[in-house]
Amino acid sequence: MDFGFSEEQEMLRASARKFFENECTSTVVRQRMEEPAGVTDDFWTKLAEQGWLGLVYPEEYGGVGLGFVDLTVLMEEMGRVVMPGPFLATLLGGLAILEAGSAEQKKQWLPRLADGKAKAALAWTEPSARWDAAGVATTAKPTADGWLLSGTKLFVLDAHIADVTAVVARTAENKAGQPGLSLFLVPKGTPGFEPKLLPTMDQTRKLCEVVLRDVRLPGSALLGAKDGASAPLSRVLERATVALCAEMCGGAQKVLEMTTEYAKIRVAFNRPIGSYQGVKHRAADMLVDVENAKSLTYYAAWAVDENVPDSALAVSMAKAYASDAFRRVSAAGIQLHGGIGFTWEHDLHLYFKRAKSSEFTFGDATHHREKVAQLISL
Amino acid sequence: MDFSLTPEQDAFREQVRAWLKENIPRDWSRRVMASAEVPRPEAYQFLRDWQRTLYDAGFVGLTWPKEYGGRGLTFMEELILHEEMALAKAPQILNILGVGMAGPTIIAYGTEEQKKRYPAKILSCEEIWCQGYSEPNAGSDLASLQTRAVKDGEYWVINGQKVWTSLAHVSDRMMLLARTDPDAPRHKGITYFLLDMRLPGVTVKPLKQITGDPEFNEVFFDNVRVHESEILGGLNNGWQVGLTTLMYERLALGFGLQVRLRIALDGLIELARRMEKEGRVLTKDPVMRQKIAQLWIDTECLKYLGARAITKLLKGEIPGPEASIGKMIWVETHQKLQELAMEIEGPYSQLVRGSDWAVESGVWQYTFLRSRANSIEGGTTEVQKNIIGERILGLPKG
Repeated sequence: MDFGFSEEQEMLRASARKFFENECTSTVVRQRMEEPAGVTDDFWTKLAEQGWLGLVYPEEYGGVGLGFVDLTVLMEEMGRVVMPGPFLATLLGGLAILEAGSAEQKKQWLPRLADGKAKAALAWTEPSARWDAAGVATTAKPTADGWLLSGTKLFVLDAHIADVTAVVARTAENKAGQPGLSLFLVPKGTPGFEPKLLPTMDQTRKLCEVVLRDVRLPGSALLGAKDGASAPLSRVLERATVALCAEMCGGAQKVLEMTTEYAKIRVAFNRPIGSYQGVKHRAADMLVDVENAKSLTYYAAWAVDENVPDSALAVSMAKAYASDAFRRVSAAGIQLHGGIGFTWEHDLHLYFKRAKSSEFTFGDATHHREKVAQLISL
Repeated sequence: MDFSLTPEQDAFREQVRAWLKENIPRDWSRRVMASAEVPRPEAYQFLRDWQRTLYDAGFVGLTWPKEYGGRGLTFMEELILHEEMALAKAPQILNILGVGMAGPTIIAYGTEEQKKRYPAKILSCEEIWCQGYSEPNAGSDLASLQTRAVKDGEYWVINGQKVWTSLAHVSDRMMLLARTDPDAPRHKGITYFLLDMRLPGVTVKPLKQITGDPEFNEVFFDNVRVHESEILGGLNNGWQVGLTTLMYERLALGFGLQVRLRIALDGLIELARRMEKEGRVLTKDPVMRQKIAQLWIDTECLKYLGARAITKLLKGEIPGPEASIGKMIWVETHQKLQELAMEIEGPYSQLVRGSDWAVESGVWQYTFLRSRANSIEGGTTEVQKNIIGERILGLPKG
């Protein structure tokens, strides 16, 4: 039994913290969130040089070959600084290629994703806003020499800057035990593929509508088996959810630290506000939220790395808890800061908004609690 | 990060499991009623015998050094033992305060004579211990305790009162905190005594609780003469020694707590499968499913927190204020669970033991009422939050 991080993982944490403190300051975050891309080539190249863009891809595809416990460490550090940019989107697209793709497709894309030459996205959800097979109405119909895709995707992370987008489309009716979904790789600039950036509450996270207007693709665009996307997609979703939970833990931890530091120095009625139990006890509640979210996330990361039978349950528990916890913690952070916490100038709103966008990415707490209920055979 | 057990630990688990299967007395709960009945001598004799049986099999005091009757094993084996005992629904040991708190504190602070005299009898349950800390005017603010000890030759004369003293009515010894220097700053004038409960002047009076049962007591001291050799850890050093005991308390009571919580949750789910509300089985009610799932998640949180604490212990680190987090999570989850049991029973939740209409003979009504004490005993939730705020987050004292 060892519920802790290794020396190498602690080193990764230390170097990531230093890197982001230098390269991803509040000023930088605020510049990026005002711009459509949300990332600069320079920053993206630096992430690649650190090996972080290919951290979890096998070495044969240009990755570092590490696991999700390692990625958890990195994502916590990204969450601490509310890092903008298409890291999560590219991870989603990359994992879809890794889980579903042929050796050729993996060789074509993963090394380029790992070295920062290309970015990826995954277009799954639609106006139905469901992360499951029933929510997919977009169709892919066979043509003489390939496929014809039509439909509208919504809540797609960073598709507007992706070099390649993995699109989930229906190739058969949704029946019990046969959801009928397939994955397709759509390169940037394909005629009829129209991503549109949407204004979002969390400006550090870029969401798109993607209209597929009779998009014609060659037969080689099919990613994995026809009608066989559900199994790889559930693995992608499990892993990406762990990564997101880790990022949420990092953000919540940072809010707790900001709030605690402020409560030590802010004086009211001649005493630091942190000496009042009304403040102290709420801070203690924040800590419990953060620690529980971490425990569940760390276990889920280990569970997906080790492929243990209860990994899906572990992931749903983590996301259910982290969704509530980050929201509660960031709201408490604003409350305990008082008026300054409500300003644009203070960074708290960045975390508060990130908590809200993360809450509804990959399913909210209610969604995952129901999954937990199913998985424990309730 | 690794949640798997070593082959030796797996083997230990198998050994414990097999032994428990053979040795747990049938129908024990009817003979004991988990302290829910008026104390009966035969029930306590049964529990004494049970601990002795466990001890003879080598399953009490696993982490204690061999020279004091323990086995010198790690906290991992201790955790496995508690998990298996909970899963097998085995009776808990009676001398839990002695084994979990008094013994380790004596081993840490005792003189050679004290270490020879006490620990072995604690493990074998020959001497049962209780904890004399709280007083009518000193609960959360323990350092304001007023029980006095005045020196008279080789003896100290004790006068005062303790309260909420679990097991005092069957105890042989008490971990007693008394004020020995009324002029010193309040944390500096307290001494830790190993008190013989049979000394003249000690009176134990049972207290009837919210459940209707007398589980704990008031203890009165009227000119009780204690020999100075019964001081533990030095004169006026009682605060330090007492805190060590409390640290072990959270550890000792923490083991197995999560598994017991999980067993209670399994029971609650079974209850929800049987009960209906407006014609629908409760496990099919979406709101109920949400609440049960959240309880499941919270229960797992406690498991992982325990795993993190064990990791620290195995690396030789001392359990710190993090134990307060575990206490808080356990309390909140357990109370929520008990509230939900009442919600599931609906109007039937009003009926208690003695009615044929009572659900499951009214056992949930007892555990529901008993759970109100959880956020008070062993340090109130408010005190735990102060500890977290001040000692983990570094916030200033009020």
